[in-house]
Amino acid sequence: MEHIRTPKVENVRLLDRSSGQRKASTGTLYLSATHTIFVENNPETRKETWVLHSMVNSVERPPTIPAGSQLILHCKDFRVYQILIPQERDCLDVHTSLVRLSRPEKYSELYCLSFNPNVNKEDREESWNFIDLMTDYKRMGVPNNLWVATAANSEYRVCDTYPSELFVPKSATPAIIVGSSRFRSRGRFPALSYFHQDTLAAVCRCSQPLSGFSGRCQEDEMMLQAVMKSNPGSDFIYVVDTRPKLNAMANRAAGKGYENEDHYTNIKLQFIGIENIHVMRSSQQKIIDVGEMRSPSMTDFLWGLENSGWLKHIKAILDAGVFIARAVADEGVSVLVHCSDGWDRTAQACSVASILLNPFYRTIKGLMVLIERDWVSFGHKFSHRYAHLDGDPKEVSPVIDQFLECVWQLSEQFPCAFEFNERFLVAIHTHVYSCHFGTFLGNCQKERRDMRLRERSHSVWPQLWKDRAEYTNPLYKAELSQTQGVLRPNTTPYCFKMWKGLYNHMEKSTPPRQSPADFLSAVREESQQLEEELTNHQEVPPGGTAHHHLGSRQEDSSPDREANHVGADQGSEEDD
Amino acid sequence: MEFSEHIKTANVEDVVLRQPLHPPSRGTLCITGHHLLFSDREEGSSRQLLLLLRNIDAVEKRISGSSGTITIKCKDMRVLHLDIPGMEQCLNIAHSIETLSCLDGVAAMYPFFYRPSDLSLQNQWGLSSTEKYYSQMKELHNRWRLSSVNRDYSVCPSYPPAVIIPQNTDDDMLKKVAKFRQGGRFPALCYYHRKNGMVILRSSQPLTGANRKRCREDEHLLQAVIDGSDKGYIIDTRSSQQAQQARMTGGGFESKSSYSHWKRLHRQMERGKALQESLIKLVEACGDESHNMDRWLSKLENSKWLSHVQTALSTAGLLAECVERDGHSVLVHGSEGTDSTLLISTLAQLIMDPCCRTLEGFLALLEREWVQAGHPFQQRCAHFAYSHARLQQESPVFLLMLDCVWQLWRQFPLALGFSEALLLRLATEAYASDYGTFLCNSHQERCALGVTENTHCLFQALLRPTERDYYSNPLYEPTELAIWPSVHPQSLQLWRGFFLRWTQQARQLEEAQEEIRNMVIEWGKMALS
Repeated sequence: MEHIRTPKVENVRLLDRSSGQRKASTGTLYLSATHTIFVENNPETRKETWVLHSMVNSVERPPTIPAGSQLILHCKDFRVYQILIPQERDCLDVHTSLVRLSRPEKYSELYCLSFNPNVNKEDREESWNFIDLMTDYKRMGVPNNLWVATAANSEYRVCDTYPSELFVPKSATPAIIVGSSRFRSRGRFPALSYFHQDTLAAVCRCSQPLSGFSGRCQEDEMMLQAVMKSNPGSDFIYVVDTRPKLNAMANRAAGKGYENEDHYTNIKLQFIGIENIHVMRSSQQKIIDVGEMRSPSMTDFLWGLENSGWLKHIKAILDAGVFIARAVADEGVSVLVHCSDGWDRTAQACSVASILLNPFYRTIKGLMVLIERDWVSFGHKFSHRYAHLDGDPKEVSPVIDQFLECVWQLSEQFPCAFEFNERFLVAIHTHVYSCHFGTFLGNCQKERRDMRLRERSHSVWPQLWKDRAEYTNPLYKAELSQTQGVLRPNTTPYCFKMWKGLYNHMEKSTPPRQSPADFLSAVREESQQLEEELTNHQEVPPGGTAHHHLGSRQEDSSPDREANHVGADQGSEEDD
Repeated sequence: MEFSEHIKTANVEDVVLRQPLHPPSRGTLCITGHHLLFSDREEGSSRQLLLLLRNIDAVEKRISGSSGTITIKCKDMRVLHLDIPGMEQCLNIAHSIETLSCLDGVAAMYPFFYRPSDLSLQNQWGLSSTEKYYSQMKELHNRWRLSSVNRDYSVCPSYPPAVIIPQNTDDDMLKKVAKFRQGGRFPALCYYHRKNGMVILRSSQPLTGANRKRCREDEHLLQAVIDGSDKGYIIDTRSSQQAQQARMTGGGFESKSSYSHWKRLHRQMERGKALQESLIKLVEACGDESHNMDRWLSKLENSKWLSHVQTALSTAGLLAECVERDGHSVLVHGSEGTDSTLLISTLAQLIMDPCCRTLEGFLALLEREWVQAGHPFQQRCAHFAYSHARLQQESPVFLLMLDCVWQLWRQFPLALGFSEALLLRLATEAYASDYGTFLCNSHQERCALGVTENTHCLFQALLRPTERDYYSNPLYEPTELAIWPSVHPQSLQLWRGFFLRWTQQARQLEEAQEEIRNMVIEWGKMALS
């Protein structure tokens, strides 16, 4: 509370610009240690608006106007709040407090560590066991006679940003692993991300090699050879460098770079051309600006969209995923993916590929597992990228935003293929930034262990799972063709749209009655209830309840066919 | 006229057909007076393609050696390739398609030959008429009357025989007003807003000319419309500059001094050739398979199609606001009053009136506002965006209207009683059809050719029990409220269902729609049981 000089200001006007609100409401503003709270004066509604300090990206203080002093809060979920405070003094106080509170300096100031809900120890521990990565590896059939667990990185001895439990090719000895890790940026040696049981091909990840112009490393070459040998169906591997080739070449001058095809036998090098975090940061700022334009013409909007370059970047990431998925599923060739450090673009490309390759990752639980594996465990620098603490602004970049957007673009293209809806993606996005839970704190597994996060905070996943009814896509059906197998998206530019649901909350203010998804969810819930009642009523033998869905995929619903169905489905009129 | 003189080669064997979303197939190609027929030779898989020649917008042929390839670009955006053995056969086929696909005579068109077994020519033709609308609107009767001044089309060739006009305007006055309006399109009622008794009228521009001619009868008619209220609005779909310029060619606008109780609002809407060129550019952009995002976005912008959608919806919104929110009557016109005028009056009615949002209500609206009100379909829809023919009167106003309706449908997925499939079907039928509904340019022309006696009515056919479900919106929940569309650029989207309809993506979206339908049907059944 030391940073709060004025905890309460009256007669404040607030305008939630992003929700399409037109008239400001008057009320009282409170500053707490964790939230800015605004309570409307209107005795009928007394609407409360809570803004978590860590969601505030910047606090702007435009020049004072006759009616008072203004503050504009730009939030990390792209909401914008405009606040008008009668007295300049109060405004200055609030401004100073918010600037400080929205930029915590220590982890302990963050909500999930400073606010201690009354929950018992078992529940907390249980929450961390909700997602278990070893179960996921088992689900994909690992370990097996091709891929084995290695203890090389226990206690984070070889690579401090990697998880302690990793899978590597069976023929990769500890010496090869250690040798290879010395030849890779930050020690991030090639390790398994995803194993595709249908073709026995794998997706592996690492960082760039420290090759410079002519450097080579025997162990690293053996490591790539081992990756290739772990796929009996293929005599080469793809090395996907997700960077633009020019950037990769420039890195050679700094003693880094990419694999020299003369030194590595049986690799095919492929550059994808995803831009770096700095380009992405400024591109996102431009698309936010596009979203905030007051009343743009169609031309302004489309120019803004083009000029931001954002959709081009999203397409590049999706293209990387498509390339990897095709290699693994269609060609049966394993792929080793890297960028520079192997924790941004690599995480994006690998996780998009997993989404495309395996329907499991298109379920609610599956997406949680995927994010936990490719992002959290493999050392994506959440706290740096999403500015959890006051730090270097050049480290900040919307890397996971882009991954979530790729998933959204896919779900627009395949409306029945994903178990979750847009709200789930937006909720994950919010939690990545909010620090409401401990899941995304820190920059790697080791850091999280050192912070004892499991003892001091909760995992976000059980909470999201509890609310899954709200996050379920009613159109998702496991038996539909677009749901099964490998997803083959079209990445022609016309397939991409601006993600309005994330960048512009206006849509959310449309009456909920006009949301087909909500309507269908209600329909589905009611159907399930009816179905249950019917089942109980009829005492159908086990397995006999699914016939409703399976039998009903009729092309046209001419009245006589429908009549047949009504008869067939009812089955037993005499019961009623 | 005999079709056979245009068909030198009627059958070709061993033709390979390549079309979107299907693997290539080999079979027999057959040309008849109205159709291109392809049937697959493969055992067991009797795949057929029956294409109305009228649906073909452009034919391109490429001869190499002894065989050739014909590329057919259809008005429904399909692009087909036929590999035909034999150079002469290939040239003959191409020639037949070129000639037969754009024959001029309406009476020789397929609707006059189409005789499906489940439809009878004795069936009622059409859903609605001015007479019917008038008789349903009892509230109209004390201030408005039905006039048959145009029974022989002599007053206004593009109007239907019956029109609704103010009670105290007699037919002689109307004749004078008609002389003062381009094409004789005098102001006539097209919509009555039950909630507040306000109306929408449409007309063409007044012929004031360079020396500001006046017409007392015209002024009197408009005064009669707003009798008892303080003022009315005129929405002119041209910019005020364009309206000024129109005086040089004999046209003009209602001046403040002569029409003191009417307030003019100008909203510039694109029309004619510019709109057709916009469509051509958009279709070209959608066919660009290069993977360059910047190029796509700049082509999309450059086509201006979405800007036209935005303008149309916001002008219609303005019209609806004048009537519903401000409580004033509105006269709408541009120059001829047969294009953008109809576009915004249709959209405004959908926004305000729940009766227009049912499947029947919407079709009846289209029938009144486009077919009977004299939108020149034959001229406007002669060619689509691929044709190499010199542009004449083509303009995709009707398609633009359907696109705007789709935007409404997407923003209010529960408020409209019809499905996207209906809009797609209408977009196709307007350009090439088995039915007589969109033939000719006016009621008069249709009458002269006996269209209602000798062809079947599309709207009736769409309402048959077998079709009905497919064209209904399973999520429909009627609402009495006006549905105000957002015209923010972010809220408007490319109509993928139409412009990308032959891509895999459109199929997946269709699958989702079908899934929605199934879910609702299942639910209905269970709720009944």
